[in-house]
This record gives sequence, structure tokens and C-alpha cells, in this order.
Amino acid sequence: MKHLFRYGFILTLLITVFSCKKDNYSAPGTFLTGALLYNGDSIYVERNQVTYQIYQYGFGSVGPIGGSFAQDGTFSQVLFNGDYKFIISNGQGPFLWKQTSSGAPDSLAISLKGNQNIDLQVTPYYIVRNAQFTYTGSDTSITATFKADKIITDPAMAKDIERVSIYVNKTQFVSGGDNVALNNMPGGAITDPNSITLKVNMGGAVRSFVPSQNYVFVRVGIKIVGVEDMIFSPLKMVTF
Amino acid sequence: MKKILSIITLAIFLVTGWSCKKDSDFLEVQPNTFLTSDQVFSDPKLVLSVLADLYNRQVDFSSLNNGWASFADFSESFPSESGSSGIVQRTGWGYGSWGVDWSGSYNYIRDMNLFLQRDSAATKLSDADKKRFYAEGRFLRANFYFELTKRYGGVPLILQPLNYDYSGDTKYLQLPRAKESDMYDFIISEAEAIKNDLPADFNEKSRASKGAALAMEARAALYAGSIAKYGATTPAVSLPGGEVGISAGKAAGYYTIALRAAQEIINGNAGPYKLLTAAGGASAAALSDNFANVFLLKSSPESIFYKDFATGVTHGFTTNDQPYSFSDEGGDAGRLDPSLNLAEQYEKLDNTFAPFATTNNNGTPIYYDNVQDIFAGRDARLAGTILLPGGTFKGQTVDIWAGYVLLDGSIVTSDEAGHLKSIIPGGPAVQVVGKDGPVNGLEFRTQTGFYIRKYLDPTVGSGRRGQGSTTAFIRYRFGEVLLNAAEASFELGDNATAAMYLNMVRARAGLTTPLTAGEITFDRIVHERRVELAFEGHYFYDMKRWRLAHIVWDGTPTTLSDLKTNIGSAKQHSTQPWGLWPYKTYFPGNPNDNKWLFKETLPSLVTGVNRFLFGNYYTFIGDDVRAANPQIVKQPNQ
Repeated sequence: MKHLFRYGFILTLLITVFSCKKDNYSAPGTFLTGALLYNGDSIYVERNQVTYQIYQYGFGSVGPIGGSFAQDGTFSQVLFNGDYKFIISNGQGPFLWKQTSSGAPDSLAISLKGNQNIDLQVTPYYIVRNAQFTYTGSDTSITATFKADKIITDPAMAKDIERVSIYVNKTQFVSGGDNVALNNMPGGAITDPNSITLKVNMGGAVRSFVPSQNYVFVRVGIKIVGVEDMIFSPLKMVTF
Repeated sequence: MKKILSIITLAIFLVTGWSCKKDSDFLEVQPNTFLTSDQVFSDPKLVLSVLADLYNRQVDFSSLNNGWASFADFSESFPSESGSSGIVQRTGWGYGSWGVDWSGSYNYIRDMNLFLQRDSAATKLSDADKKRFYAEGRFLRANFYFELTKRYGGVPLILQPLNYDYSGDTKYLQLPRAKESDMYDFIISEAEAIKNDLPADFNEKSRASKGAALAMEARAALYAGSIAKYGATTPAVSLPGGEVGISAGKAAGYYTIALRAAQEIINGNAGPYKLLTAAGGASAAALSDNFANVFLLKSSPESIFYKDFATGVTHGFTTNDQPYSFSDEGGDAGRLDPSLNLAEQYEKLDNTFAPFATTNNNGTPIYYDNVQDIFAGRDARLAGTILLPGGTFKGQTVDIWAGYVLLDGSIVTSDEAGHLKSIIPGGPAVQVVGKDGPVNGLEFRTQTGFYIRKYLDPTVGSGRRGQGSTTAFIRYRFGEVLLNAAEASFELGDNATAAMYLNMVRARAGLTTPLTAGEITFDRIVHERRVELAFEGHYFYDMKRWRLAHIVWDGTPTTLSDLKTNIGSAKQHSTQPWGLWPYKTYFPGNPNDNKWLFKETLPSLVTGVNRFLFGNYYTFIGDDVRAANPQIVKQPNQ
């Protein structure tokens, strides 16, 4: 009996001493962060809709580590140190990502040796500039004025505006999928892209907030013909 | 000693005597647990049993034995089962949605290829048997590739069993995806090659027939034609290698093939198929019953090819979806509730579209004497597809109403169907909600005001879990062939022929005023398929091939005005399933007392919206598959 205890004790000791050190990898702890930029301007998109893929080679089967950009065009991913390749798939985002001559998305090599922040240079079809929002109390409406700045002008690649939209939501997530009020204007109705005025009447939506709040978040976005993801203005909080 | 010697001699004699004779027999006993392929392919009955397994492994987008939820989604219905609310609470679909098990599929394809190889090598089968089995195998293989193509676009087109040579090098087994057009060309050419080897037997519905091959050909060619034509509107949904997307120049060719194949069936070359028409006169109820019978009568002249069920091989569709209050199985009922979005698509008898009239122009409710009055004067397929409030099933009337409306507009209802409650304080306790719903969040009872009628089996006991229903799931039917012919004619610019075929389908549904050639538009074609083929697994693929899916399911919530306008338009958006809830009035002393009024209601569980991305047009091919075979290119926009 005494022997049994002694062996048991030694065994437990051995297991505890050796197990922790050898078996487990530490969790990934290196932050890779970045933002979509065009000449220093942030690219604002819809949350969870524009995705990126990170590949790490040398571990057998190839498969991406996926993620998506936040509303303000930033992303953050926790990884191990190592060599990665970063791509944005064709057709993702209201912008062009560099492509190889065969038409596949070109990869960005990242050698991760500690927390790193990268700028992802992309070329958007349009950028929303000078977005101003004013609240009118008499009809609980918000009027936006902004400029749709056409960045890609090469006729072979340029695309028209399908519509512009204004979205209002009670939380900071504001887009076609997350809104309490919206208004659209078809691209054909835009007379001057340098000064677009778009008004949304919030009507009863504002009064039905539970709990009530005296502010909303608002953005305008441009839907481009043949491009799925919209490009947005920066988020604005409007108080009333 | 002498005794021992003689015993040993005897023993040796016995051992040698018996052992020598038996050795070879003992080692060469015929196995009695499996048959070799030579044995199988020498007896037509055994070949048929192998073939039965191959038939059984076909896949359907929705089928009666692959879960009621396979019929749900796309805002055509509401899932009234708490565990399935996710269908109406998500904000889109993953890229992997609607996929099939990739390796399972190629195992199946290998088995079909082996079957074809062994059948063609068989020496003891009669030529007639051999030829028919061979054609059936090719039909199943083509039909399965069609199913894959609808989901994935081009996939590796493997027509021979592949064998690994154990060399350690698998490169020669890594085949690239075929072009999407090659897939459709393959299906069309297979159908042409086998159609005359299959029996032109009108009564052969659960095995491949000439009609089935032609129906498959017509549908495949139509899909290819529309992908070519409407794919041009979404250039982002294509791949440079043609694995996804078909060039627009090929559209007319495919439409011509679709029309020819459909007309072969319509002209009776494959057997006397025709629409099932009502025997009991042309009353609205008779027409509706007749339409429901298309899916119940196995001998219907309309069905061409179906997945059959029989005693012992049953399905639980009726168990899952029967009305709650007279369910055969207690709480098992009411899961699949058609939406108002679908119900209001059914036209009025003068061929116009209108929402169900719930209010006057000034917003005051319209009062009806009977709960069914609001649905009167509509396409008979409405009541044939959907079990409406006040409709009957198995001789009983469904009890669907959401509560009492009082004169001040307030509503008296309960959160328990059939609950007794006083309408006014101190009054007698009466039932304040229908026994079949609707109550928000109360599962197994309708939450839209409708139950499904299509496929619902009125046979006694069909709703019991143990017994189940034996109705067949129709994969190809004559009604669809007519619609395929109509669409192909329309796309080829022959509106008069298109109108003729559409009118045949519509006349059966009681829409006796024919559409003229001038009235045939793309929207009409889209609309007719949606209402005729509702819940038959077509709507989703139709929306995909017309490239309408990202427009109709655009991710913005469906408002009441969205719902009531643009009905009949192909681009009417439909992202959330609405309901139509009937209420009884309690207006003592008022002429409108004890009448019915209706309210369009978005079930409170509906919090998500349908959002179909470009990346959803073709289902994601797994990373494991692409890692194992780097030749397989990724789908666009994923």
C-alpha cells in the first residue's frame, strides 16, 4: 500500500513536471492589424462584408485564414510569428486590389516578427468626400450633402453609380443591412456628383427607440454598378 | 500392444481417408455474404438491385425525405419550429450553403462509372436488358452532374472509374474543373444518346424513361441558355477559364435545344403525357383539389420521373407539416408555413396582380363575412398549394385566426392557441385564438396564417411518425416541361408559342382568359414558374440562373409597401417572410360585428434578412478539396 502511494506520488510529480512544458504551444499572440487606404484616405465599407484571406505555407494542406474588414476599413488578426501572404479575393470590396497578369489577386508578403500594422493600398471606384449631415427637427429628417469623387476614370475600368443611399441606425453599425431608416437616389438622378443632396425622413423610427435616445448614427454610401460592396462616408453621430 | 497398434492404424486410416478428399473443397467454399461483379452482371434482377441503389443516391435540392427545412427559406415560407428560427434570423448565406458532400458525390460517380463499365462488359445479359441498364446508368450520371453543375458550375467531368496505382504520385488523378458550358453540353448529349434506349413508356415513372431523358435535356438546355443570356448582366460572376459563366453568344443555341426537347415530349413522342385536369367540373374548389392531386396521384399523366416511396420506405412530410389541431401525432405539425410574399403572387382571374385587399384606400379595414372571402376569385393554384384559413384537409377545417378586434382597435388574443379568455372584463370565457394559430413564436402552429397543402397526404394515418406518407416526390413533370417550352420560345422571340404553352398551364388553374402574345414578358415567365412550381425545388435555381437572386434578396428589410407593390415583377424584392393574420371582429351592435378583417404581419421571430452575395451564386468548393487537388480553381467572388 505504501509502495502504491509512493509510485503514485512519483508518477503525478513526473506528469505535472513534464506535461506543461512540452505538450502545448502557446496561443498565437502577434497582432497583425491594418487598414484599407487610398492615398491616405480611409476606405469605409460595410462591416463583415468585405473579406480578406491570409495564407501560411509549409504546413501541408493549403487553406486560408479568413476575416473581414470593419466599417472603417480596418482589420485585426492574431497570428503566430511567421511568413504569410495576404490577399483580397476578386470581387470583394468597392475597390480594385492589385492583380497578377493572369487575373488572380496578387499577394502581399508579410513577414511577421512581432505586432505589425500594414497599410493596404487599394484603388476605389469612388470616394465619398465632405459628407455633411444636418438634422431638421420639424420633420425629423437628416439631410446629407457630399461629393462622389470618381477615382477610377479609365473608361475601360470605370463604373457608374447605380444609386446613392443614406442610412440611419440607432447603433454604430450603419449599412443596408443595419438601419432603421434609409433613402435611395438612383444614379441617373444625380445632377452634380460634386454636390449630392440626399434626405432621409426618419419619421416614427426615432420615436420608437427603446430605450429612447437623442442621437442616431448616419452614413451615406455609393452603390456602384456591377460591384457588390458599397463605399461609405465616415460614420457621423447626429444629435437632436 | 497389438491392440494399440490396431487402434493407431485405424486412426491413421480414418484421418487420411477423410482428410484427402475434403481439402480443396474446404478451401474453396463459395462466399455466401457477397456476390462478385461477374455473378451480379449475369442476372437482370441482381443488376436491377444495384441500379436501385444508384437511383436511391440521387440528390434533390428539396425532397420529401430530406427534411422539411429543405423546402423552407428564401422567404417563400416561415419555419414554425423553434430550433429552425435561424432560417429567418440570419442575414445571408455562407458561401458553402447548398453544397453536397464532395467526396461522397465522387464516390457515387465512381460507382456509376463502374456500373457502366461492368454492364457493358457483361456477357450473360440479354442485349435488351444490357442496353436499358446502360442507358439508365448514363441517365443517372448525367442527372447527377446536372445537380452538381447547378450548385458548383463546372466540376471535374469524370466518365471512367479512376484507379490509384500506388506509385505515390496522384497528379494524374487531379483533374481540373470542366467549363460550365461543357457540363451542360455533356448532359444534353447524354440525353440525346440514351433517349431511344430508354422505354418510351408513359407508366414508367420511378425509373428513367424517354420522357425523363428529354425533360432533363430541356431543363438543362434552358438553364444553360439563361446563364448565357442573363450571366451577361453580372460579369463579376464568371471565371476566366469558363468554369463559371457561359458566353452570351451560346444562348440562342441552348434555347433552341430546350424547345426542341420539350416539344418532343409535348408532341407525344415519349408517351401520352398531359396535364392532370379536374374531373369534377370547373368549380374553384375542384380545380384546387385537382392541382393538389398532381402531387398525390402516382398514376397522374403529368408526372414523368419521380422519387417514389412505398410502405416501409416512407417520408415524414405530412407528419412535419400537417395542421396542428388535427395532427395525427400530437405536437408534430405545422412547420412549413408559406408566406404572404408567395400567396399574393397568385393572380386574380382577370390575369391581374393585386395584394389581398385588407384595407380601403383611406386605411380603414375591409370586413369580410367569411374568412375565405378575401381569397376568392384567385388562381386555383393558391388554394391548391397553400392551405388557407378556413380551408379543409382530411375533411376538417383549419382554425386559423389571431384574435378578436374590438371597436377601439385593441386586440384580445392569447399566447396559447385555443385558449379560453373573456373578451370584455367579466364576460364569458371564449376561445380567442384559432387552434391552428397564429401566435408569434408558438411553434408547430402556423405563424403566417397559412399551412402548406402541396404534398400533404390525406391518406388516413399519413401524419403518424411510424406510418408516414408514401407520396412521391416529382422531379420532372409535364407542367414544368410546358413552362420550359414557353420560356425557350419567349427567349427565341416567338411570343405566340410561348403564350400557347403558358395558357395551357394557366387554363388548368382556372385562368381561362388566355394571355395574348403581346402580354408575354420576362416577368410573366418568372411569375408563372414561381407560382406553378412553388416548393418543388425550382425557385432558388431559377433565381440563380436568371441572375435575379442578388436583386430579389438584396439584404434590405421588406416593408409593407414593398410587399404590396410590384407584385408580379421579377425584381420585387422578398427578403423577409410576411404573414396574413385573420381577426374576428367583436363590435356588439355594429353592422360589422362578427366579421373578419386581416392584417399583414411580419412574424416577430423574423429579425434577419435574405442577402444573396455574388459569391453565393456558385457554392464554395471546400479548402480540403482544393488542397488535395490544386487544379480546382476557386469560385468567383469568394
